[in-house]
Amino acid sequence: MNSKSKLLNNIGNFVIFIGPSLIAFSCVLLIPLIYGVYLTFTNYSPIKLTYEFVGFSNFQAVFTDKEFWQQFVKTLGYVFYSTIFCNVIAFLLAYLLTSNIKARGFLRAGFFTPNLIGGIVLGYIWKFIFANVFTKVGDALGYQPLMTSFLTHPDRAIIAMIIVTVWQYAGYLMIIYIAGFVGIPQEVQEASEIDGATGFKKLCSITIPLMVPSFIICFFIVISRGFMTYDLNLALTNGQPYGSTRLAAMHIYQKAFQANEYGIGQAEAIIFFATVAIVAVSQVLLTKKFEVEA
Amino acid sequence: MKEKKNVFKFAKYVLIYILLILFMMPFYLMVINSFKTTQQFVNNPFSLPKLEKVGFGNYISAFNKMNFLNAIRNSTIITLISVLLILLTASMAAYFLVRHKWKINKIIFATLIASMIVPFQAIMIPLVSIYGRLNLMNSKWILIFMYMGFGQGFAIFIFHGFIKNIPLEMEESALIDGCSKIQSFFQIVFPLLKPVLVTVLILDVLWIWNDYLLPSLVLLSPIERTLPLSTYSFFTTYSVDYAPLMAGIVLTIIPVLIVYLFSQKYIIEGVVQGAIK
Repeated sequence: MNSKSKLLNNIGNFVIFIGPSLIAFSCVLLIPLIYGVYLTFTNYSPIKLTYEFVGFSNFQAVFTDKEFWQQFVKTLGYVFYSTIFCNVIAFLLAYLLTSNIKARGFLRAGFFTPNLIGGIVLGYIWKFIFANVFTKVGDALGYQPLMTSFLTHPDRAIIAMIIVTVWQYAGYLMIIYIAGFVGIPQEVQEASEIDGATGFKKLCSITIPLMVPSFIICFFIVISRGFMTYDLNLALTNGQPYGSTRLAAMHIYQKAFQANEYGIGQAEAIIFFATVAIVAVSQVLLTKKFEVEA
Repeated sequence: MKEKKNVFKFAKYVLIYILLILFMMPFYLMVINSFKTTQQFVNNPFSLPKLEKVGFGNYISAFNKMNFLNAIRNSTIITLISVLLILLTASMAAYFLVRHKWKINKIIFATLIASMIVPFQAIMIPLVSIYGRLNLMNSKWILIFMYMGFGQGFAIFIFHGFIKNIPLEMEESALIDGCSKIQSFFQIVFPLLKPVLVTVLILDVLWIWNDYLLPSLVLLSPIERTLPLSTYSFFTTYSVDYAPLMAGIVLTIIPVLIVYLFSQKYIIEGVVQGAIK
């Protein structure tokens, strides 16, 4: 084969093997992302016929939009608490399930089940639980805070969001932690026991340091998904009461598709993207520092 | 000492089963209340239903109002075709990226990996703007094409990691025997990918089947609705009458649970593999 036909052959193969992937990826992700940056400098709106360049005024509008930043901070809080509670409960479950316990497979499958269901359906399930079940329990126990639905209370509605998020992701993270527990070499465990480390001491000085990779993954999963939460937010609270649970993703959606402000909405989305990237990457870098070799 | 150990063990069982009951409670409540009238449900959500009173009435009404068969058919078509296209195109692309270390390929791979961190919200507005103006909305096929694009990053990442460890020798001898690149990929490499194909398949099915936001932006007419879309519209239209809504939820969950029951081991294994890579 001479070099020219080899080149042609290579190009042909490139088109066949990578072409379909690359076209789909570019058309739905790459081009929109670039076009999105362009949009932030215009006052484009689907209900207007023309649009013009507006420079940085969209970003200016976002930076002075108090409501957006309130909801932004709320989102950070939601992500923070969800990450903590999801991981604590998932770790506890994984710890219990890897200890000498019967019916492990059954238990694991049970805890994982909420993950199979989409945010819309989960939101509706819990809407009933908060509105009709918890209130009944509150009445029966005579416990004041439970008597009215969490969802009608501006401060507690966000707690409701966190509870459902924990319920949804704890089982998912649990199976990643189980894999982490199982992956700790047998020799290390035995050696530590001979050295007198048992129970809680062993957990803190042997198990947890060796499971840092699992922590990185699990934190990353909740952080990145937490920021993007939309379905659950929509079905469970729809931002109510009084907009107290409108998370950043929902704010962007409403800015774009209800207020028809594509430019401002996209400027918010870019700021949002930058935040997600910074938080997720710094989490990984920070946690990596604790990594040790077995 | 032994007694103390037994107490500890007992406490562990109690704790884990209490947690399991708490986790399962919402499902249980859904099911029992789906057989009640709204009045019975509001009065006491914990009581067992009296079957002769309501029976499957709520289910029949939910089934019809949600246009359930149509929705499940749409969901199935969209999920299956999207996932098959992702598996096929991403595995081919990953193979080519591993076997040809050209500069352009490295750039492509890096771009794909970097794209995984982009939240959908950053794409959503321009996506709607572009496809809306091209008049391409409201079609299953456009939605499938979008899933195919959004699925590439993760799938190629997983396949790339796996193919890297497949030795070259077998393909080389096949190429010498006169096989084309395509033939050697499908006859030699593709069958070896089975474990990672299953991983990507499971994760992508869960993602696409349950996705709400993207189809809600693309599929505008009721006839095209997927299951999450029809659940949502059912709720916003009929939110006065609670009981049929419960039945609607149970109906939506059942297909997933049936599949889970039979492939539980693969699903959990797939999720673990997808996460730790």
